[in-house]
Amino acid sequence: MNTPHNVESGISRRGFLQVITLGSAGFMLGWVPRDGLSAEVSTTSFGHFVRIGSDNAVTVIIKHLDKGQGVTTGLTTIVADELDADWMQMRWEFAPADATRYNNLNWGPVQGTGGSSSIANSWTQLRVAGAGARAMLVSAASKVWQVPVGEITVSKGVLSHADKRHATLGELAIAAATETPPDPPRLKEAREFTFIGKRVPRIDTPEKTTGRAHYTIDLSRPGMLTAVVAHPPRFGAKVAKWDASAAKKIVGVVEIIEIPQGVAVLAKDFWSAKRGRDALNVEWDERAAEHRGSLELWQAYKELAAHAGAPARRDGDVEAAFARAAKVVDAAYEFPYLAHATMEPLNAICELRADACEIWSGAQSPTTDQQVVAMITGLDPSQVIIHTQFAGGSFGRRAAPDSDYIAEAVHIALAIKGRAPVKLQWTREDDMRSGRYRPMAYHVLRAGLDANGKLIAWHHRIVAQSFLKGTPFAAMVKNGVDGTAVEGARNLPYTVENCAVDLQMPDVGVPTLWWRSVGHTFNGFATEAFFDEVARAAGHDPVVWRRELLAGHPRHLGVLDLAIDKAGAAPTGKGQGRGVAVHESFNSFVAEVVDLTVHDDGSFKVDRVVCAVDCGIAVNPDIVRAQMEGGIGMGLGAALREAVTLKDGVVEQTNFNAYQPLRIDEMPRVEVHIMPSTVTPSGVGEPGVPPIAPAIANALLAVTGKPTRRLPFT
Amino acid sequence: MTAIKFELNGKPITTDADPEMPLLWYLREQVGLTGTKYGCGIAQCGACTVHLNGVATRSCITPLQAVVSAKVMTIEGLSTAAGKATQAAWQTLDVVQCGYCQSGQIMSAAALLAKNAAPTEADIDAAMHGNLCRCATYHRIRAAIHQAATNLKAGSA
Ligand code: FES
Ligand code: FES
Repeated sequence: MNTPHNVESGISRRGFLQVITLGSAGFMLGWVPRDGLSAEVSTTSFGHFVRIGSDNAVTVIIKHLDKGQGVTTGLTTIVADELDADWMQMRWEFAPADATRYNNLNWGPVQGTGGSSSIANSWTQLRVAGAGARAMLVSAASKVWQVPVGEITVSKGVLSHADKRHATLGELAIAAATETPPDPPRLKEAREFTFIGKRVPRIDTPEKTTGRAHYTIDLSRPGMLTAVVAHPPRFGAKVAKWDASAAKKIVGVVEIIEIPQGVAVLAKDFWSAKRGRDALNVEWDERAAEHRGSLELWQAYKELAAHAGAPARRDGDVEAAFARAAKVVDAAYEFPYLAHATMEPLNAICELRADACEIWSGAQSPTTDQQVVAMITGLDPSQVIIHTQFAGGSFGRRAAPDSDYIAEAVHIALAIKGRAPVKLQWTREDDMRSGRYRPMAYHVLRAGLDANGKLIAWHHRIVAQSFLKGTPFAAMVKNGVDGTAVEGARNLPYTVENCAVDLQMPDVGVPTLWWRSVGHTFNGFATEAFFDEVARAAGHDPVVWRRELLAGHPRHLGVLDLAIDKAGAAPTGKGQGRGVAVHESFNSFVAEVVDLTVHDDGSFKVDRVVCAVDCGIAVNPDIVRAQMEGGIGMGLGAALREAVTLKDGVVEQTNFNAYQPLRIDEMPRVEVHIMPSTVTPSGVGEPGVPPIAPAIANALLAVTGKPTRRLPFT
Repeated sequence: MTAIKFELNGKPITTDADPEMPLLWYLREQVGLTGTKYGCGIAQCGACTVHLNGVATRSCITPLQAVVSAKVMTIEGLSTAAGKATQAAWQTLDVVQCGYCQSGQIMSAAALLAKNAAPTEADIDAAMHGNLCRCATYHRIRAAIHQAATNLKAGSA
């Protein structure tokens, strides 16, 4: 840690790549290199995460993907604070794929972004990196100025001694490189923070509001071909035979090849490749394909739900408790497949050589990608070089354990023997029909109450596919239980002596994946919506009863009380009502209060959402708020309308005309309140999602008396 | 085939590209203006929004032949007062998340503000309804449009 590295000279990797991109992309107006570096600037590395240039730019190496959640700002903030830098001198660049340096500390030897863990796992690591560099700079100043270390102050990127001597971080960087940092360096007390806990403007806003931000879709390499692939209509089908005679006549089409995933048309640009793909004639071998439609799957799931699954939690004696219960409440809930539908349809660029394979992509899990690419090419994982790019959304999609779309790009490059760099670009239709959906799920819940209305038994059975079984992440499946399918259900926080959760994991040919907040997407709904049904059946006020049964869970209670307090009086107009839900995910706690209006025709509009979040220290409160707003909007959209359905194994939704995320007119007013905290930060990318749908269901139940047991609502 | 002529970000363009090619792909792949994004290709998401004679237009379904003699403006060339005010408000409020939809959002908002200096909530809903944001930054988009309107008014007063 903080071992000084040789002074190196050169422009940054990211800047370099973009210069190349620029060169081959024709004219580009007003382009400014991100780092503002020129070739003459020398940079000094302070460990693996901090570089300081002679131009006084401080660059933080970002080991996580920024897919919108703001980690480029958040991680840079942590370093800037401990370094006592000036915010204006801060720069960033994505780390290369190198799990020996840039692994996710929560995941062991794997580099990756997910589970809302970026800030949480980097918190101490980057504070140490910043504080270590600061100590080295102070030590260098003390030698140059011949004054004691203790008399030197650092503020806004300037080291000073007694108001007489001053030097910038950049001026002392080279001298500091040979200093040894204290191990461990002194870290700040919370009251000393200058940026953490305050609003720092997003570091990526300027380029993302001017069209200058580059995503994979925007990059180009010399001689690059663009590939559009004909994929089978059913999951698990293979190419039987194909006829490319019409496709070959399309101007711009260069080559047509078969790959394991389908038939790829390579052309000089996307438009030609797409026209070529549309002109292809492919016959599919569907013998091994999944032919079931949604109706057949629901049927199978319901049959499975009649049988006990693998136990995920077993407290007390549930059967005996139900036997003596004065009242039993039952409900079953249905959750559809959900598409991530990232705004940027998935893509990757692959450049294959004999000794290396370079990938440009919005990589959420570079280590897995390296392993997959190595397996396909026969290279060593260390020969797989990944250039991480901004991702136009991900929500888990870019972390498929089989790196599906990256593998596809590599197969194409391999099929043409690396003759040209290949950009694989999916159309929206390819993206929507690619599977890797949030699993559809059937949940059966049962609660037992004694004669006094006390909750004495709770049983939750989940039927949902495991997307980790048989993958490199299979260690997360234990004793027949995929942890991601029961998260948020097996750790039900409510006091109940007899509690059982079990899981059935059916095999279905439709590939599934983590989707923003993963198992919490359905478990948060099932537990929180069912809680209100039970409360009402027992004659309790749902919020009062929640508070009672959350004894021993102060952080749940904290956000619940904060949200309810800030929400004020509930609306009382015609058709108006309020619903509340609270849920923990990824070590963060979120409560949401929904006010809505039900119209005479049964339709409803969410008017207002008041959200309280406890994520420990909020490194950047404005980004925390933004993540809650976005999580609520995305969760609301899913609850209202989103569903991927199949007919005879074919996905019925192919574009945004049929699969409809939230639009602006449906976005409610959202107010976010952050619980003050001194606890180590936890994540915010996902935890805003789970409570919104059940809070709506609970409001609808309050107004109409009818429970919502099937998503989407409409 | 006759050459197609139009104005792009204030500069004259003459091209013999396929007249059927959507403007989106011409801009992105022939000119290298990649700020305009592909999201759906069927006028359902707004990521590809540009100004065609000042009107917010989905470039993914606009064939090149439809822009003959027209003035096309993309996010890279956005220089109108309304455009600048829109970008400034987007920056002040940190609207963006992944950012992929935001060129289109800004182009739609700038076109709205150019013809409606004080849009109501309903005006915003109508003008922005075609622009999807999968990160659901809608709350801030709305606030930023109001702020841009206020700033435009103050600037012209
Ligand atoms: S790409 Fe044109 S509207 Fe979606
Ligand atoms: S900011 Fe990500 S899609 Fe709008």
